[in-house]
Amino acid sequence: MKAPTLFEELANVLSAESLKIAEEDLRPYECDGLSMYRALPKCVVLPEDEKQIAEVMRICHAHRVSVIARGAGTGLSGGAMPDPNSVVLSTAKMMKIIDIDPLACSARVQPGVRNLAISEAVAHLGLYYAPDPSSQIACTIGGNVAENSGGVHCLKYGLTIHNVRKLRVVLMNGDIVTLGSDGLDSPGYDLLAVMIGSEGLLGIVTEVTVKLTPKPKLAQVAMASFASVETAGAAVGEIIAAGIIPGGLEMMDQIATEAVEGFVHAGYDLSAAAILLCESDGTPEEVADEMARVSDVLRKAGATDIKVSENEEQRARYWSGRKNAFPATGRISPDYYCMDGTIPRRELPRVLNEIARLSEKYSLRCANVFHAGDGNLHPLIMFDANVPGELQRAEDFGAEILELCVEVGGTITGEHGVGVEKINQMCVQFSPKELTRMHEIKHAFDEHALLNPGKAVPTLHRCAEFGRMKVSQGKPMPFANLERF
Amino acid sequence: MIETWQQQIKEAAARGGKLTPRGGGTKAFLAPSHAGDAASHVGDMLDTRSHAGIVEYDPKELVIVVKCGTRVADVEKTMVDAGQMLAFEPPHFGEAATIGGLVATGNSGPRRAYAGSVRDFILGAKVIDGKGDHLAFGGKVMKNVAGFDVSRLLTGSFGTFGVITEVAFKCLPLPKAQATRVFEMESANAIEAMNRWYSEADPITATTFVDGKLYVRFAGAEPAVKTAVAKRGGTVLPNDVEWWRDWREQRHSFFATNAEIHRVSCKSTAAALDDAETAIEWGGALRWVHANADNAAKVRYWANRAGGHASIWRGSTSVHANAAQALSESLKQVQTKIKTSFDPYNVFPNLSPVPSGEAAK
Repeated sequence: MKAPTLFEELANVLSAESLKIAEEDLRPYECDGLSMYRALPKCVVLPEDEKQIAEVMRICHAHRVSVIARGAGTGLSGGAMPDPNSVVLSTAKMMKIIDIDPLACSARVQPGVRNLAISEAVAHLGLYYAPDPSSQIACTIGGNVAENSGGVHCLKYGLTIHNVRKLRVVLMNGDIVTLGSDGLDSPGYDLLAVMIGSEGLLGIVTEVTVKLTPKPKLAQVAMASFASVETAGAAVGEIIAAGIIPGGLEMMDQIATEAVEGFVHAGYDLSAAAILLCESDGTPEEVADEMARVSDVLRKAGATDIKVSENEEQRARYWSGRKNAFPATGRISPDYYCMDGTIPRRELPRVLNEIARLSEKYSLRCANVFHAGDGNLHPLIMFDANVPGELQRAEDFGAEILELCVEVGGTITGEHGVGVEKINQMCVQFSPKELTRMHEIKHAFDEHALLNPGKAVPTLHRCAEFGRMKVSQGKPMPFANLERF
Repeated sequence: MIETWQQQIKEAAARGGKLTPRGGGTKAFLAPSHAGDAASHVGDMLDTRSHAGIVEYDPKELVIVVKCGTRVADVEKTMVDAGQMLAFEPPHFGEAATIGGLVATGNSGPRRAYAGSVRDFILGAKVIDGKGDHLAFGGKVMKNVAGFDVSRLLTGSFGTFGVITEVAFKCLPLPKAQATRVFEMESANAIEAMNRWYSEADPITATTFVDGKLYVRFAGAEPAVKTAVAKRGGTVLPNDVEWWRDWREQRHSFFATNAEIHRVSCKSTAAALDDAETAIEWGGALRWVHANADNAAKVRYWANRAGGHASIWRGSTSVHANAAQALSESLKQVQTKIKTSFDPYNVFPNLSPVPSGEAAK
């Protein structure tokens, strides 16, 4: 008797509308938020519960077919990009909020629940889910776990890893495991820390227990203008030095403010070389106290103008510019390419000057928006993919920015993940032995390397081909010995 | 120093020797043993104290990078001078406590429930593994999602992956104001108050219930602390800085007992286990229980039902032997494989005793 095919087996455990095979049904899944990389998968499955996920995984494991998890597909690094030999597993049908415990400040949700939906569901309790990636209207908590997503408030409230207590995960072989606990720690190694941010390489998350945060009673934002990006950058350091951890601390350069002002009319000072947005939240007494100190620090640091929001409507307007920086850039340029390096803040002037130099070198404009509090840069490289050579120039420009970030002691990705996009730059940031250890950790969860292959952690072979193996202790790796890898 | 250790580890790996990294030895009572060995036989000590010093500290960056052998007290002194702190308020359990030991044992103090744990504040770390390779993971910036978060995995690994040589922490500013209030109440009411007050956005940074009294530490901006204290009442605790330090260091009379002390991590709202002498902290998520032969099994059963686990903190059996019971077979396999990838020749201790040879490649 002929062994059942993959499709036959999947069809046995999934309903007809949960298994998509026809090309027109696969088309919507060909890319995520990084649309320059596209491919069609073998098929797409949309399981309805954990049991179905476990069945799908067991079947794929038995057939040695790789699986690519997908949330809302808003990722910016191609982490959910399909490949022709893979099954895409979408969590879109798992969007139940299972329970909310207001006293313990926690909620248990399925992976397909949208980030913002959690905050909306608990708003009446005076609580919210703190990490707020800019895509929070659309992105899912499962995707947030995979990417360890941040947001504009993460300097004070942390990333996904600081706000998730427990995960249920299906491993590639179909085993279901629980990482973390309802308490604050659990026995054995801290595998929760490895799972969060693992970009779908270690398991499929089926349930997330998140920590909820009491909603601050008040928030106010100060908007300060500066005559140069250097003074604005230095002002950020002065705020921290004054012992203040603002709820949000963002910077935009003039190219960025010009782009957004024409789009949302946020009221930004277009004569300023850079503006800072500094938010304070807490009790009304706390906010009043902190805002007075923030304004004082900003003035001493050389702000040419400071405006403090007087009501929620004004606060939302000041933020609207920052939150719309990406689409606003899309409006003034046919295409843009968003980078995500993170640097020690003191290196900001050097990095911004270097980006300006690269902008001339590649003849491409670049707007800079910056999570200034935590050193996370988002240079937006503008290009036109219809002009021959521009896409390649944009990619080369981006690669140089990332390598610069590593050179000044930073990282190639602060929050968007490596995915397929920055896989080559991983070879610059990590040594072959470090990358090998990451592969071994993957192997501990996924023996046959079937989960999200080719993403996040490059093979040494790929690094050798890229020709940028990290130099270890002053000694370059012998590139010629390819057979070593 | 690094090269010397690398050499020492490579030699141990080659001859089947065993090494145990050790800092000030203040948390030796928590240490796991080598597989198949008596607890007393742990091979040669690899003393980390000679690799000491602050590598980099720029308060404006909110980052401190420290070598493993540096005393925790020295690090904290430097940070306090700059108006900052290690926000997870680590217990030292002795003046000799080192940063390497702190990360390897992964213990956080009273502020843990409100600010986060040791691992939450780790930005990056370096480790020499069981092959003698010196590896760096994470970095020294606030946000970093490049590759698996191996630096956080090292937290609480008890030296089983190798010698943690250097760690970068996120720093936070010291609160401008602090006040502690004491409330006499029943344990059930204390658990309710700990949880409710936090969910109502009070600026709480520590809670402990012991001897029928709830201690709540409010800290933050001065006006916020004043408002919270006025709202909640209670009696003033004089010298509260010392009280919290003594509690953190387990110098409180609760810990002066001949009974075994079980550490129970559970859901913060779990009802009190009233038939054993108990102290409660971390907003309800951590319970210390005086256990004996009669109630030990009951404590474990209760902890599992309360969404957590129990381990023996001070007593006759190893912390790890006990806690390992709580892991599923799948997770045990994953853990063993990760351990093997760091330490294929079994040079370093094991987290939980496994049959001899199982962890060897």
